[in-house]
Amino acid sequence: MDFTVFLFLLQDGIINGAIYALVALALVLVFAVTRVILIPQGEFVAFAALTVAALENGQLPGTVWLLLTLGVLAAASEIALYRRELSWHRLGRIAAFDLAVPVCFAFLTWAVAPMKPGPFAASATAILLILPMGSMIYRIAFLPIATSSVLVLLIAAFGVHFSLIGVGLLFFGPEGVGTEPFSAETFSVGSIVVTAQSLIALCVTLILILIFAVFFSYSLLGKALRASASNRIGARLSGIPVELAGQAAFTIAAGLGAVSGVLIGPLMTIYYDSGFLIGLKGFVAAILGGLTSYPLTVAGSLIVGFSEAMFSFWASAFKEVLVFSLIIPILLWRSLSTTSSGEHG
Amino acid sequence: MKQVLRWKRLIEPAVFLLVLGLALGGAFSSFAVALLNDIAIASLVALGLVVLTGVGGMTSFGQAAFVGLGAYTTAVLTTRFGVSPWWTMMASIVLTALCALLIGAVTVRLSGHYLPLGTIAWGISFFYLFGNIGWLGGHDGLSGIPPLSVGGHPLIGQQEYLVVTLTALFLAIWMTRNLLRGRIGRAVRSLRDGSLAAEAFGIHPSTMKLIIFVYAAMLSALAGWLYAHFQRSVSPGPFGIMAGTEYLLMAVLGGAGRIYGAVLGAAVVILLRDQLQSWLPYVFGAGNYETIVFGAALVLLLRTASDGLWTKIAGPERPPQFDPPTGVITASRRERPERDAMLLELRHLSKRFGGLVAVNDVSFSVPAGRIVGLIGPNGAGKSTTFNLVTGVLSPTSGDVRFRGATFKKHSPQEMARSGVGRSFQHAEIIPDMSVVENVMLGAHLRGRAGVLQAIFGLDRKEEIVLYETAWRALQRTGLEEVALNPAGTLSLGQLRLLEVARALALDPLVVLLDEPAAGLRVGEKKALAKLLRELRQEGVAVLMVEHDMDFVMSLADHLIVLDFGTQIAEGGASEIRGNPRVLEAYLGGAA
Repeated sequence: MDFTVFLFLLQDGIINGAIYALVALALVLVFAVTRVILIPQGEFVAFAALTVAALENGQLPGTVWLLLTLGVLAAASEIALYRRELSWHRLGRIAAFDLAVPVCFAFLTWAVAPMKPGPFAASATAILLILPMGSMIYRIAFLPIATSSVLVLLIAAFGVHFSLIGVGLLFFGPEGVGTEPFSAETFSVGSIVVTAQSLIALCVTLILILIFAVFFSYSLLGKALRASASNRIGARLSGIPVELAGQAAFTIAAGLGAVSGVLIGPLMTIYYDSGFLIGLKGFVAAILGGLTSYPLTVAGSLIVGFSEAMFSFWASAFKEVLVFSLIIPILLWRSLSTTSSGEHG
Repeated sequence: MKQVLRWKRLIEPAVFLLVLGLALGGAFSSFAVALLNDIAIASLVALGLVVLTGVGGMTSFGQAAFVGLGAYTTAVLTTRFGVSPWWTMMASIVLTALCALLIGAVTVRLSGHYLPLGTIAWGISFFYLFGNIGWLGGHDGLSGIPPLSVGGHPLIGQQEYLVVTLTALFLAIWMTRNLLRGRIGRAVRSLRDGSLAAEAFGIHPSTMKLIIFVYAAMLSALAGWLYAHFQRSVSPGPFGIMAGTEYLLMAVLGGAGRIYGAVLGAAVVILLRDQLQSWLPYVFGAGNYETIVFGAALVLLLRTASDGLWTKIAGPERPPQFDPPTGVITASRRERPERDAMLLELRHLSKRFGGLVAVNDVSFSVPAGRIVGLIGPNGAGKSTTFNLVTGVLSPTSGDVRFRGATFKKHSPQEMARSGVGRSFQHAEIIPDMSVVENVMLGAHLRGRAGVLQAIFGLDRKEEIVLYETAWRALQRTGLEEVALNPAGTLSLGQLRLLEVARALALDPLVVLLDEPAAGLRVGEKKALAKLLRELRQEGVAVLMVEHDMDFVMSLADHLIVLDFGTQIAEGGASEIRGNPRVLEAYLGGAA
């Protein structure tokens, strides 16, 4: 392997790593606030890319129907959960966010789709469609069992993942898609060629990570989320509603997922079930950060992205095997270094 | 009572023979028999998960990988090398067991939620490994696997194959029950809520976890072998993470920890999936709906979830049955040293936590046939000293000697092996095990039956001895009336006595008691004092940390007083009572 190849792989690894970082940050946030290991995080990524592809072809994306369905389910689920203490306030909020907003977005998409929007408009639409799904999924699957063990929450996460995969096949079909890049320009730095698309992906990721950091250090909601993450009971006693914290975390996760999907679409072919592997790789990165530290998570993502690039050069058929085998020594190291893991299964 | 028990033992083989007879007699359609075959094979994997997840508390999403390993082993050996399928059964199981040993050595050490994540990781790795090795047929897999045959007659029909799968399941159920009710099973069950107590009685948690990890993998390999010769071809698809999750669902749905929960869970999941596949397309048109419904069913189930279906049907689990004790104890006993022979010696023991000196240069000894009391005000370092002696903490400097020699490895297990039994300040019992079983845990090291003996039911004689030993310890502590109740139902005082009884079951030379009288009523205290005097008479050395001054002063031959980690006085009860430094430590200033 000469130096040019190495630089090329490094570039590839950094860009993959940046996208995994967005996925991993979402996973860490959701886990810290709700203890849910969000296996379906990858579905947000894949569905966003597939939505952009459908819009670029002038079709109405299946995401619209998914959003409407999830809205109805979330409304039903929340009403069932709070049937004894149902206030007009809550009903109004449910009607607005779970029914009115999805319908508005659906009409918007229906109006936009035939115009074959360009990458920016299509991406914005896709993010709008995916964003509300986070809170809906939280209220359908996780809020009712919020106090269960990590294991039960993990199995529920798998349930959501399976359902979404089935829905994905139904709405998007089995074909893989690649979306148009935001910019087709390329330029060379020394001996390697850099695409503008990669630079955009990298910049957007960096900006989002920065916003993430500022949000958690300075904003009230960010501080509330951090409080819920470090001590749930304490946060509740200080008047932070755990339910709201969970919804906020899931919404942020859906948003980050959608952005990653929009960014990854032009870089690789996405199928309805591609999300699982992307999510799991984000996961390997998140575990490198011990599911708690955000800076370590970003570092972990870069390691995963770079190893994947290296493995695909040396043994491309076994790249998944190697990336996932990487996780076991890491897990061992993490569980030896954090001896006081309070929870058993 | 005994008659009923014997009759109950016949239900299982009778049902097994009935199902087999009905199937062979043609009572079921061949489609139903095919489903029965599927259920029997899946039950084997779920049974492994019952042991691993339900009893051992280790969640695995990766069992399908072991099924695949078993299936691929026999596929390769029969198609490439023409080995007879009956031989490859051994090969499948042994190879999978070896792999499980390697993977498990790392996996079982993972803590908390890292463990299920680890299983997901290797579950996926195996899937891609099967799919990408050209020699294994890649994603198309291997076909043309020969059927099983008996005396030249191939078992191709669904009915005939059911004989094999049901026999395998029946044997697996029998072996699993044997394993769980014996010494190893008890040790594994004791680990679910923390391992402090188990370690103090000589159990190595990671060894126990590895044993059941390999056991579960071997059951999966057997299922894989059956699957390969049933389908006659293998491909990576059915061994992926989705399948792994489905097996876990079966075990959880049926009731993790319940043997028949595995069979029930497997039956419900397989029948449900079959129904979904057959009628969903009519309702919605073609599509991959069963995945959607399957996922939704999982979420719904967890929303209303409880202890699983089997617990709903059969009620909570009953403790293993033993014949009533006969009072004849044949367990081996340690030779008692002479009175005042040196047993336990602490030499210049110190422990620092960062800048804090918790224990500073403490030296004393505990001779045979004596009761030594360790006292001091709150924060004096008594508990730290206790933990240093028991090997839970390791000292910063100084050492602990037992019969004149240092321990090779000063671990709780090594202490137990040498004959040092202990109690805990906060009762470390297994609440859902019966009182007598909790005490039998104390006698763990007095048995030697291993996994194989347990699986084949060859440990019954030894189990009776352990049971009698535990019963005798319960009699001495006055707990025999509650012996068969779940330990979680005892009062605080009874829990203290249970801790003492468990330490006695070890046949100890030294007993270390951490506040044994706290929470006891006056009568219970008197009984405990009497028991401790008896032990002293028998030549047992007792070291106790105690706050109840009347209790400890009336019993102890020798007292050690700690204050701020330093040993400020030692001697007999009357000397200590009059010691000005002790009075100052307790009452503060000029008393």
